[in-house]
Amino acid sequence: MSADTGDAPAASGGPIVEITGLHKAFGMLEVLKGIDVSVERGEVVCIIGPSGSGKSTLLRCVNLLEEPNSGRVVVNGFELTDPDVDIDKARRSIGMVFQAFNLFGHLSVLDNLTVAQRKVLKREQGEAERIARENLEKVGLAEKAGAMPEQLSGGQQQRVAIARALSMQPAVMLFDEPTSALDPELVGDVLGVMRQLAHEGMTMLVVTHEMQFAREVADKVLFMDGGVIVESGPPSKVIADPVEDRTKTFLSRVLNPVHASEVE
Amino acid sequence: MPMSPRKRAQAFRGVQYGILVLVVAAVAFFADWGTLGNAFFNLEAMSTQFPGIITTALVNTIIYTGLGFALGLAVGLVLALMKLSPVAPYRWIATAYIEFFRGVPALLVFIALGFGVPLAFQIQFDTYSTAAIALGLVGSAYIAETLRAGIQAVPKGQVEAARSLGMSQSRATFTVVIPQAFRIILPPLTNELILLTKDSSLIYLLGLLGTEYELAKFGREGMNATNSMSPILLAGLCYLLITVPLGYLSRYLERRAGRKRDEGLEVTA
Ligand SMILES: Nc1ncnc2c1ncn2[C@@H]1O[C@H](COP(=O)(O)OP(=O)(O)OP(=O)(O)O)[C@@H](O)[C@H]1O
Ligand SMILES: [Mg+2]
Repeated sequence: MSADTGDAPAASGGPIVEITGLHKAFGMLEVLKGIDVSVERGEVVCIIGPSGSGKSTLLRCVNLLEEPNSGRVVVNGFELTDPDVDIDKARRSIGMVFQAFNLFGHLSVLDNLTVAQRKVLKREQGEAERIARENLEKVGLAEKAGAMPEQLSGGQQQRVAIARALSMQPAVMLFDEPTSALDPELVGDVLGVMRQLAHEGMTMLVVTHEMQFAREVADKVLFMDGGVIVESGPPSKVIADPVEDRTKTFLSRVLNPVHASEVE
Repeated sequence: MPMSPRKRAQAFRGVQYGILVLVVAAVAFFADWGTLGNAFFNLEAMSTQFPGIITTALVNTIIYTGLGFALGLAVGLVLALMKLSPVAPYRWIATAYIEFFRGVPALLVFIALGFGVPLAFQIQFDTYSTAAIALGLVGSAYIAETLRAGIQAVPKGQVEAARSLGMSQSRATFTVVIPQAFRIILPPLTNELILLTKDSSLIYLLGLLGTEYELAKFGREGMNATNSMSPILLAGLCYLLITVPLGYLSRYLERRAGRKRDEGLEVTA
């Protein structure tokens, strides 16, 4: 059995994530009103915007945790919006990191990292463990393999969650406000790991309020408001020199001096 | 002169002690200690009960209860999953089953199984099977509700994390949700085991062979044989031998779960 995520439709060249005309409503509430995004292999895309603008919903549509009402979502060659798609297979190549970490509370750190490798990718215990330890090493928590999640700090839990997603060797990683639930002094470690991932060429879609991170790491920034992408482009444009009024208002609120400490 | 609150509390406590002393004195004065002691604490009558009360009766009670609990867990898990199923008829069936077996006395279930089923269908189970099925039917209804609550108490983010790793819905349920649901419901599950232990006494209805006696039946036979209540008291003490440790276990698990909750990071999806 091959060690990679395997059997993905050949997806060479072209964007790895392609979203076109995406609409999503919860009952009467229209949350996404026609979204178009494409992400190239190796790109880091940061999604910013006010609370309730639909950032999480957009991210969750990229691995079908939310079912779009209309539009097309293609990830790594899988058309997720095709009703016949094998969603479990498609998700193997899409890693997701949640705001609340969501480590499996009944499993040790090591088992958190091996359970899906063994049950989904059918890897041997030995191989799964080797890959798990590699990834724990990468996030700086090699010595925590035997710990239970509840014994770890929030920052450590989030790094384990990243290592867990990486152990599936995904083609793209989704992050939904990975540092928002953390004490300020723990944010840096997690952002550090994400920076390193970006440097290694991982394709990343990151919803974040960390403007400094977006400015330094993102190839592209999307500003969302009211269910649409208001402005997009390199951080030097969208964050440093926005054109749209709504973007300016949002940024001035986020970057105002009272919150300056969060930005650094 | 009005009493201070502290004085009043003291006086009230004094009254409580006074009543206690009066009642104890009355019991001591009026009770016929000789007869009572003879009826309940007749050591000679008690000694005739050994070793059978342990080697047969206690063991059988544990076996009947254990079989019933195991079956109850299996059926209860299926019922809990049916109750949470998106398929409506599954939910209806599970609800009807649970309401029925929670609502009727366990005694009726034993009568139906011990006498009704053999009459109606011309089949006869052995005692252990009948006991397991009857206790399993009754237990599964309670266990199902407990399990359902436990499964629903597992945060939604756990399933989302499992699904995002490529697990199917059922794989996520069995590898991620159910193990954590069990950790949550361990204390109430222990209580259900205690209730089932006591319900196992109803097996006496089935007409048991000597080797099949459980504690209640054994005690009653002992009572007839010795003309003393002592064997019944002894049987009762044997029940406590099972239920009291289980009760402590349940409270210990509850405290531990509570401490985990307090220590745990309060983050929810
Ligand atoms: N499962 C759901 N059912 C109903 N409404 C929902 C659901 N999920 C999200 N919403 C609503 O959709 C809107 C967008 O939510 P979303 O979580 O995508 O916003 P967000 O941009 O991520 O906000 P935040 O920065 O606060 O996380 C909100 O009004 C929210 O209440
Ligand atoms: Mg969000």
